[in-house]
Amino acid sequence: MRQRSLTALALAAAVAVGTAGCTVERHWGGSTTTAGSGKAKIGLVTKTDTNPYFVELRNSASAAAKANGADFSALAGQFDGDNDGQVRAIENLTQQGVNTILITPSSSTGVLKAIKDARDAGILVIALDTATEPADAVDATFATDNFAAGQQQGAYVKAALAGTDPKLLMVDGTAGSSVDTERHGGFLKGIGLTDSSPEIKGHTAANGDQSLAQQGMENLLQRTTDINAVYSMNEPMGRGAYAALKARGLTGQVVMGSIDGGCEGVQNVKDGLYGATVMQFPKKMAEQGVLAAVQYAKTGKKPSGFVNTGSTVITDKPMPGVPSQNTAWGLQNCWGGTK
Amino acid sequence: MTTATVNGNRERESLGEFLLRAPAVGPALALIVAIVVFSLATDTFFDLDNLSTVVQQSLVVGTLALGQTLIILIAGIDLSNASSMVVATLVMAKLAAAGSNGFFALVVGVILTVVVGLFIGTLATRIKLPAFIITLGTFTGLTAVAKLIAGGQAVPVTDGLLQWLGTKRYLFGGIPITYGMTLALIMFLIVWYALTKTAWGKHVYAVGNAPESARLSGIKVNRTVISVYVVAGVCFGIAAWQALGRTPNADPNQFQLGNLDSITAVVLGGTSLFGGRGSVLGTLFGALVVAVLRSGLTQMGVDGNYQDLATGALLIVAVVVDRIARRQQQS
Repeated sequence: MRQRSLTALALAAAVAVGTAGCTVERHWGGSTTTAGSGKAKIGLVTKTDTNPYFVELRNSASAAAKANGADFSALAGQFDGDNDGQVRAIENLTQQGVNTILITPSSSTGVLKAIKDARDAGILVIALDTATEPADAVDATFATDNFAAGQQQGAYVKAALAGTDPKLLMVDGTAGSSVDTERHGGFLKGIGLTDSSPEIKGHTAANGDQSLAQQGMENLLQRTTDINAVYSMNEPMGRGAYAALKARGLTGQVVMGSIDGGCEGVQNVKDGLYGATVMQFPKKMAEQGVLAAVQYAKTGKKPSGFVNTGSTVITDKPMPGVPSQNTAWGLQNCWGGTK
Repeated sequence: MTTATVNGNRERESLGEFLLRAPAVGPALALIVAIVVFSLATDTFFDLDNLSTVVQQSLVVGTLALGQTLIILIAGIDLSNASSMVVATLVMAKLAAAGSNGFFALVVGVILTVVVGLFIGTLATRIKLPAFIITLGTFTGLTAVAKLIAGGQAVPVTDGLLQWLGTKRYLFGGIPITYGMTLALIMFLIVWYALTKTAWGKHVYAVGNAPESARLSGIKVNRTVISVYVVAGVCFGIAAWQALGRTPNADPNQFQLGNLDSITAVVLGGTSLFGGRGSVLGTLFGALVVAVLRSGLTQMGVDGNYQDLATGALLIVAVVVDRIARRQQQS
């Protein structure tokens, strides 16, 4: 009996420590050797390690490092917004003697001090996917121009409306996040509106959560169903918004655009849930970051500034004046999922 | 409705005593006030279709909150109910996608949430760990499991049975009623009956009020606690079914705050976080109040942050009322 309680207690302790107390950032293989000059030692710090977007980024960086004979290790925060985990990851990588850190900052300002310390230690720091604020807190940024991506989405929706005045509902992400602000602003520029335009019939913020997007959209549609355009800040929220539109039988009269380019999202476009999505390219960010690191290790030359890794409209209903690719191309170049 | 005893004569009972006797009255009033206000403030809120939609919006959190009510009644708490539910939606969706029978997938999903409940109940009783700590652990672990199962990708569901609660509907006096609403109502009635009319229900309240006295009076406390977590597990499994009916798409990033939303509904419903006092009827109103606030404020064009602010303020009011009621009971 006593034996059994002890086993159970140990099990409980393991559960409590292993799951609740997971304050350790996760580590995904890699080498910690410090010797040898001219050889790139690259550390990657992503926001999380389960989001398919960051999985793609990590796998691409790992493959590129391997192809270029560089050492590679990847760490991640525990959740989106885990600045503390990212700071610890940067400190650990600095301790391990890497010469380049590639980071997708959880917050544009939250990890700046750790980045400065790393750069003071002579480490090249490149932001991937998300810019820091100020942008020159890192040596260079390889990322999607989210404003441009939003603008492409807006331009597509405008073209698809074919001259009809937009009657728009907007499903935003997390209020105040830079990605959300840029995509939102870009979309409005692309469609030719401003935040105070009467053409905007309502907006809701859904934190990237599909079920919240659906609820918010249902409530907006109760206010008015006289709409013809929907903006969704990413694809899961696009799916939620679609469910609400479908329940109202409005899918035929509405042009919806989204952004991300996940395989699921491209499939949604193919299946007709939304007219178009705008794809971003995490693989390019990772590969270009690794190549810059390799060059830095060899020559000491650092990249600088903002490098736009591009975004492409994916649709099966191309519009004049809006360059795009079809979903077959999209499914070959999408991230996450099985290709 | 509760086992709380009221001293003195009924004519002279204080507001606190009245609320103790009927904890669902406060939330019912709040609900009525909110509906009246939004009906006057907008042209669109008071509409049978919209009222039906609001109820549908509260189904998942409401079903989670039904299980949570039982757990909070025994002075426990479950932080992992939404993550357990999300894992169940993913398991159901994956099984269906792999060609399994929808009924089989549903049963497996419900068994899963029941097993989680059994696990929590066992740790809570055998090792005497606080439910908060156990479920904090299962919450974190199950969130990771959900993401691992999904590989980050949402899993679309096409199986008819898994979507049945959301897609099948009928008209009742002009109001569109989904099978999901019907099922939720039946579940509320069953739990209400079990809590108020059976020995098990009396044991639940007794354990929540004073576990030691309950034990001394011959109630099998551990068995009651485990049974509560198991019954709640059934609710969470059904909530997963409700969720697939709402959105036929299992996504690991959904319901990130479902655990807190369910606690909000329970507390708004007048159930005391200290256990032993409360009702499922109150929880029903609590869940509806949140959905009504969101719907009405959105239709008024109020920013989402102010909606959260309103919900938070209401929550604090509910806790304060609970405190005052307790104090008056003691004095």
